[in-house]
Amino acid sequence: MSAATSANGAAATAAPEPSDSATVVVRGLEKHYGEIEAVRGIDFDVEQGETFGFLGPNGAGKSTTISMLCTLILPTGGYARVAGHDVASDRDAVRRNIGLVFQDTTLDGYLSAEQNMRLHAELYGVPRELVRPRMQQVMEMVGLWERRKSAVNTFSGGMKRRLEIARGLMHSPRVLFLDEPTVGLDPQTRASIWTYIRELKVAEDITIFLTTHYMDEAENCDRIAIMDKGKIIVLDTPEALKSAVGKDRVQIQTDDDDAAIAALAEHFDIKAQIAEGAVTFGVPGGEQFVPRLFAELGVPIRSVSVSRPSLDDVFMLHTGSTIRDAEEDAATNQMRTMARAFGRR
Amino acid sequence: MASTTAPSGRATPPPSLTHQIAAVRVPRSSIRSELRAVKIVWQRELIRFTKDRLRIITSLVQPFLFLFVLGTGLSRLASAGTHGVNLRTFVYPGVLCMAVMFIAIFSAASIVWDREFGFLREMMVAPVRRSSLVIGKCLGGATVAAFEGVILICLAGLVGVPYAPILLLEIFGLQLLVAFSITAFGVMAAARVKQMQSFMALTQMIILPMYFLSGALFPVSGLPQWLAILNRLDPLTYAVDPMRRAVFAHLRISPLARHILDPGVTWFGWHLPGLFEAGVVALLGLLMLGIAIFEFSRIE
Repeated sequence: MSAATSANGAAATAAPEPSDSATVVVRGLEKHYGEIEAVRGIDFDVEQGETFGFLGPNGAGKSTTISMLCTLILPTGGYARVAGHDVASDRDAVRRNIGLVFQDTTLDGYLSAEQNMRLHAELYGVPRELVRPRMQQVMEMVGLWERRKSAVNTFSGGMKRRLEIARGLMHSPRVLFLDEPTVGLDPQTRASIWTYIRELKVAEDITIFLTTHYMDEAENCDRIAIMDKGKIIVLDTPEALKSAVGKDRVQIQTDDDDAAIAALAEHFDIKAQIAEGAVTFGVPGGEQFVPRLFAELGVPIRSVSVSRPSLDDVFMLHTGSTIRDAEEDAATNQMRTMARAFGRR
Repeated sequence: MASTTAPSGRATPPPSLTHQIAAVRVPRSSIRSELRAVKIVWQRELIRFTKDRLRIITSLVQPFLFLFVLGTGLSRLASAGTHGVNLRTFVYPGVLCMAVMFIAIFSAASIVWDREFGFLREMMVAPVRRSSLVIGKCLGGATVAAFEGVILICLAGLVGVPYAPILLLEIFGLQLLVAFSITAFGVMAAARVKQMQSFMALTQMIILPMYFLSGALFPVSGLPQWLAILNRLDPLTYAVDPMRRAVFAHLRISPLARHILDPGVTWFGWHLPGLFEAGVVALLGLLMLGIAIFEFSRIE
């Protein structure tokens, strides 16, 4: 099916939900590399102003999808529209409306930060009178304005990533694509990158589309699509995804753990056990449960901690494996497929 | 955690920051925007060149070796054959070509680096034509190389070539042409060759034979058949020959020396006019530029 006909078809039959306002519209998107099916028919919309995350193990098809949306590779089936333009037939229009931050740095290390920014402004045709004020605005946003004269080679990994985010914003894109924006950075720098991304959402009316395989980072998104083996397994808000897991984890420290475990079984029909030196059990709506626990347990409680199910639990619920196992599977599968492909030659 | 400022997922209009500056609207592509792209790619070459002082100096070493060490040393052997003309003067036009060749190929090689360091991607995803990027790159390489050429032009007096304005202009024009064509060749190769080692090996394999076959170091008449054929097939021949003619036109030497040292390139006995030769170089340069544009347009 060609991209053009499918786009017309969708317009005529009306997509599942009204998508006039959606900044990213994806229907039946596929990408095959010979035998390897990297993306096998995915559908989703991303609304204007949303922070949308693609979560999944390496090799799940996240980067392939983002590359198609950024017009870097052509889909082999289905279609996608970004900022109202088809990614296959109107690539330049899409590119003018998106900002890109890749996994690997794409800065010229010999040039200064400012020269990198200017180069980008010129390539994207930013009106001359706006180049300087806009550059100052976005570089201040990432805290690099004072360092604009320094050669990029002298920057740390985190600074480079911030500069790339600023550069991606230089031409006021409607969608900013971040492919693994924090990969390879230390935890502190990762946290600071996220602070900048959140601040950016306040300053600019922009849609952010990102991929990550860090569960904790995905929670910064308004909605998350979990991808595995080229398909979207589930798509919802982080809260909804986690509440679908059902149970929160409650840990209590008591004066008499055995009595507490017995009381839990008796009063609440909950099977608890000792884990990490505390009485541990799972319960739906853990925070609402705590007051009842204090009122009815009958054993003195010294401390309580309630933890939400993590996206790791979500991933486990929907795929039956942890994200780390899935990554190993994907790697071996890919090698097997490639080995087969080479064997046939 | 979801953005605290925008619980609905919609960013609230930025109170101070965004109203301060009208959002940038990127215009549709036009000749103007393409020219801006050409200009900035060209400028980047110049910025990078001026920041790399070491390269400015090291790239002069080879021409100096050929001109002063080889030129001086061999002149003791060759004095009988040069009919009173200094060997340094004879090899000067060839060295002028060589200097810009090496700089130009180095400029093109930076594409391979750009690919390895990822910067190429930043350019490739920009909403401009690939041809603008390739043309900017070739013009940048040509400019940088010609700058180096100017340094060698300044040495003319040391090898007995007069500083005649017309001559200097002719030399400069030919150097620009060689530099542009060689950069185009390098860019064309860089589209396919993705590793620096391979690129350097490939260009060394092509550039050095081109230089030796071109007649930069010997007169092109009375050569053995096989060498004459190779010489006529070498594109650089058509840059060195007009360069030498321009230089020799301003020398006061005996007709015999002129006849032997500056015989001119012939095709089956037809003496090629200098302008025609320059045209050959330009045509080849444009052809390679075309192939380079085609190759880069195909890359996703």
